[in-house]
Amino acid sequence: MLLQVENLEVKYGNIQALHGISFHVNEGEIVTLIGANGAGKTTSLYTITRLPPPEAPRVVGGDIKFMGESILKTRPSDVVKKLHLALSPEGRRIFGNLTVMENLKLATYAREKGADLDSEYERIFELFPRLKERRNQRSESLSGGEQQMLAVGRALMTGCKILLLDEPSMGLAPVLKYELFRKLKQLNEEGMTILLVEQNANLALHLAHRGYVLDTGNIVAEGTSEELLGNPEVKKAYLGG
Amino acid sequence: MDFIFQNVLNALQWGSFYALIALGYTLVYGVLRLINFAHGDIFMVGAYISFFVAGFLLGPLAGLSPMMTFLLTVPLTMILTACVGVTLERIAYRPLRRKGAHRLYVVITALMCGLILEYSNLAVLGASRLKFPELVDKQIWNVGGVAITNLKVLVIVAAIAVFLFLQWVVTRTRVGMAMRAISYDKFAIPLMGIPMDNIIVITFILGSGFAGLAGLLFAMSYPVLEPFMGMLIGWKAFIAAVVGGIGDIKGAFVGGFLLGAIEVAVVTVFPSTYRDLFAFTILLLILWMKPTGLFGIPQSTKI
Repeated sequence: MLLQVENLEVKYGNIQALHGISFHVNEGEIVTLIGANGAGKTTSLYTITRLPPPEAPRVVGGDIKFMGESILKTRPSDVVKKLHLALSPEGRRIFGNLTVMENLKLATYAREKGADLDSEYERIFELFPRLKERRNQRSESLSGGEQQMLAVGRALMTGCKILLLDEPSMGLAPVLKYELFRKLKQLNEEGMTILLVEQNANLALHLAHRGYVLDTGNIVAEGTSEELLGNPEVKKAYLGG
Repeated sequence: MDFIFQNVLNALQWGSFYALIALGYTLVYGVLRLINFAHGDIFMVGAYISFFVAGFLLGPLAGLSPMMTFLLTVPLTMILTACVGVTLERIAYRPLRRKGAHRLYVVITALMCGLILEYSNLAVLGASRLKFPELVDKQIWNVGGVAITNLKVLVIVAAIAVFLFLQWVVTRTRVGMAMRAISYDKFAIPLMGIPMDNIIVITFILGSGFAGLAGLLFAMSYPVLEPFMGMLIGWKAFIAAVVGGIGDIKGAFVGGFLLGAIEVAVVTVFPSTYRDLFAFTILLLILWMKPTGLFGIPQSTKI
């Protein structure tokens, strides 16, 4: 087990956001957390990446383990640098005042010296050719879909082994959604472990190997994607009947 | 003609002081959205540090020549002043940032820190003024009737060199990219594996170090030190940074030189008591026409 969340309870101030949830991600898997708005999906990701306050919730119970060791005391920058976990956050949060290339370069801040960065930039550009065309543009001038590609590319440039994605399909036209998800599948086939948070349960379950359904801070269903897609209650609540 | 060149030179010299101090305001503001009102007093501390460093190096314990003293005083002053700036960040601003304090409280803290620096100086060293020793033999070159002193040239060259250096740092290095990225959106910085506090410390090192350099050069040019010497010049440099467009390195330099030019121009035409009145009225008009400053971009508010 690469990443393991055990009975995690977190609070924002006095409001409890997660009521003891457990899930895990194995190496090479795509695992998805699905659920409605406010179910605790983003909170789970923020807790894993150890973001500093005020964004991050307070852990009041349970544990997060990476390769068997607790990471609750790890600094947020070390989550990226030492554990190689990268988050492409909800709303993309790219640095709009930097160019596409500068965004990618900045993501290599914590990389070890001697890494062959040039070939990695090339890999990102092969995956997302649009980014190559626009490499010297200010990134806030990109379209929504291109910004999402940049957010994913930027997360990859941190040299991550686990990619956490928060609502990557949000605000994208259907064509772009499918294109992005095809790229994610390709990444996974090349060995990337992915934890995907999505409101679009149908899309997510068709990509993922396994999934967990979150509802108001609790996991209410889990299983392989086929099981969840066939589960009548999940169907009713999240897959539009 | 000579008269004009002489004044251009004076304007450049004063502009250099303003610019060197303004960039400290602009760097810290760019990264933290904090107006570090203690920065003018960091400049004052820099001047005092250079006084004691130079005094020690010239004194019987070290006994160096004035030229050697000057060459060593420059880096030592910059390093020690940077330490003061970083200490300020550590003990005053960082704790507030950790607690998520509203910006107003941080600005008030900065104001208080400035006052603490001024009055601790007054308490420790007393109200008497200090005379800065002469480190570099004053040379006056007469170029076509214009008297050029080596000190003036030194000040101007230093300001330009600092500008080029910082412009390089901000646009070409990864630390500079991180600084610009923080000013756009702090949220994603840790997600890039960037320790935010390190970038903030580097920002304070750069800003305070160059304020220290300005303090030394100022003390060499106008060799009388007193605890409140950083106040007015600090305010002026801050205004220069805002007029240039705070957060932008180019803006700080253009603003600084513009203020120097306006001041000297006013004095050549009107009595010197009109200087600040006219200078600030002109700057007010500039802000009235372009409230974001000359190089500033309107800040979009994010939800």
